Amino acid sequence: MVPGSGFTAVLTTGTALAMAFLAVFALALGLGADRLADRWQATLAQSATLRISAPAGEMAVQTSRALDILRATPGIASVRVLEPEEQRALLAPWFGPDLPVERLTLPRMIEIVEAGEGFDPVGLRMRLVAEVPGAVLDDHSRWRAPMVAAAAHLRTLAVLSVALIAAATAAMVALAASFSLAANAQVIAVLRLVGARDAFIARAFTRRFTLRALAGAALGTGLGMGALALMPALDGIAGDTALGGIGLRGRDWLWPLLVPPFAAITAWTATRAAAFRVLRREG
Amino acid sequence: MIRLEEVAQDYGDRRLLRDVDLHIAKGSFHFLTGPSGAGKTTLLRLCYGELTASRGRVLLFGEDRKDMGRDALADARRQVGVIHQDCRFLDHLGVAENVALPFTAAGLPVPADDLRELLGWVGLAAQAQARPPTLSGGERQRAALARAVIAQPAVVLADEPTGNLDWEMSLRILSLLVELNRMGTAVLIATHDLNLIRSAKAQVSARVLRIAEGTLQSAGSDL
Ligand SMILES: Nc1ncnc2c1ncn2[C@@H]1O[C@H](COP(=O)(O)OP(=O)(O)O)[C@@H](O)[C@H]1O
Ligand SMILES: [Mg+2]
Repeated sequence: MVPGSGFTAVLTTGTALAMAFLAVFALALGLGADRLADRWQATLAQSATLRISAPAGEMAVQTSRALDILRATPGIASVRVLEPEEQRALLAPWFGPDLPVERLTLPRMIEIVEAGEGFDPVGLRMRLVAEVPGAVLDDHSRWRAPMVAAAAHLRTLAVLSVALIAAATAAMVALAASFSLAANAQVIAVLRLVGARDAFIARAFTRRFTLRALAGAALGTGLGMGALALMPALDGIAGDTALGGIGLRGRDWLWPLLVPPFAAITAWTATRAAAFRVLRREG
Repeated sequence: MIRLEEVAQDYGDRRLLRDVDLHIAKGSFHFLTGPSGAGKTTLLRLCYGELTASRGRVLLFGEDRKDMGRDALADARRQVGVIHQDCRFLDHLGVAENVALPFTAAGLPVPADDLRELLGWVGLAAQAQARPPTLSGGERQRAALARAVIAQPAVVLADEPTGNLDWEMSLRILSLLVELNRMGTAVLIATHDLNLIRSAKAQVSARVLRIAEGTLQSAGSDL
C-alpha cells in the first residue's frame, strides 16, 4: 500500500542493527557482572578462618586459648574447629583425596562466622600475636566486598544500557516512521478517501518498519554474538577478574536471541504510535 | 442518505457557502453547476465528510458528521464513491490495483472478474498494469470513475468527471452513471458542461442545482 523509501529503510535497519549489536554487549556485560557478583558474594558469605600452626604438644593449648579470645571478641557470631574430614576436603584439590590428615602435623583451622558489622581484624590480630603465637588470621575475602558492590553496580549499568538502547531504538524508528508518514501524506489521503480505517493505514506502515527492525536486529545480534564468541576464553585466576566476567556462558547464549523479537516489538509499538498520532492530527 | 441542513462553509474570514440545504436521497440524480471558484468542490467535500461544516449540520447516512468517530467516517466513505477533480491515485501501484482499492482498504477480496469487466467498460483494459502517472488526463478520469463505482456504493459524487474527456467518452461515462442510478445508486455530478446535463435529462429525471453568490439554488427550467 505504501511505496518503499530507501532513506527510512536504511535508517531503520541500520539503527536496529547497531542497537542490537550494542544490546548483545550490554547483555553480556550484565550477565557477566551478575555471575561475578554471585560468585564473589558466595566467597564473602564464607567465614574468615584462623589457622594455628604449632608444635604437636602445644596445639591443644593454643587452640583453646584462641577459641577463648575469639569468643570474647565482639562481632563474632560463632567459632568452630574444623573436623579432619573437612580439612581433608579442603586440601583434596591440592594433595588428592587420600591425604592422611591425622598423621600429618597440619595446622588446625578454626572457622569464624561474623555477626553484624563483623569484627575488628587489627585489634584481633594484636591480641592473637600476644597470646597465640602460632595463629594466622585469614580474612582475605574481606577485600572482595567492594568488588561485589562494583559488580552489582555494573549489572545495574547494563540493565540501564539495555533500557537506553531500547528507548533510542524506539525514538529512531518513530522518527523514521514520522518521516515516512509525512512523505506519504498523499498516499494516506487516497486510502482515507476510499474508506480505509486508521488501523488499516497504520498497519501498512507498522508491518514494513517491524520487518525492517527485525531484519536489522537479527543481523546485529548475529554479529554481536559472533564477536563475543571470538573473545579469547580466560580461565582460572584471569576468569575471576572483571574482564573474564564479560561474555556469555552456557545458557546465557539464549538471552541475545530475545533481542530481535524485542526490537521488532519496539519498532511495532513506536511506528503504530507515530502513525496514529499523525493520522489523528490530520483530522 | 446525505443531508446538508443550513450549512455554511468559511475559508478564513471568507464565507464561501451559506444556507445550503441539500438532500441526496436514494436513487436521486443531481447536477451541480456554477462558475469556477463558486464552491462546487467544497460542497462535494462536505458531502463525503472530508470537510466539517463551519455551521449547520451534515448528516451522513443518518449520523451527524460532527459526532462521527474516525472509523465511522471511514465506514461511511465506503458507501460513497468519489471521483476527485484531480483524480488522486497511488502512483506506485498499477491502474487495476488502484481501481480495486475500495476492496483492499476494506480488507475484502478483490472480485477479479468485475474488475476486468469494469476496466474494459471504461476503456482501460490495455492499461490495467500501467502506473497512473503514465496515463493521459482522460484515462485518469476513467480510472477514477472505475474506482468510485467498483464497490457499488450507495452514492457517487463526481467532480467534473468529463473535464478531460472527448464527447463520445463523456457520453459513455454518463451512461454508466445513469445505469448505476437506475439500479438505485444516488448520483451527484458537478460540471459546467451544459450539453452533458441536457443529454442526461433525456435519460433520467435529474435535478440541476446551481451555486450562485454562495447559495445553492435550483437552476432554471431552460436546462
Ligand atoms: N482549503 C482551502 N482553503 C482556502 N480557500 C479554499 C480552499 N479550498 C478552496 N478554497 C477557495 O474556495 C473557492 C471555491 O473553491 P472550489 O470549491 O474548489 O470551487 P469550484 O470547485 O466550484 O471551482 C475558491 O476561491 C478557492 O480558492
Ligand atoms: Mg472544483
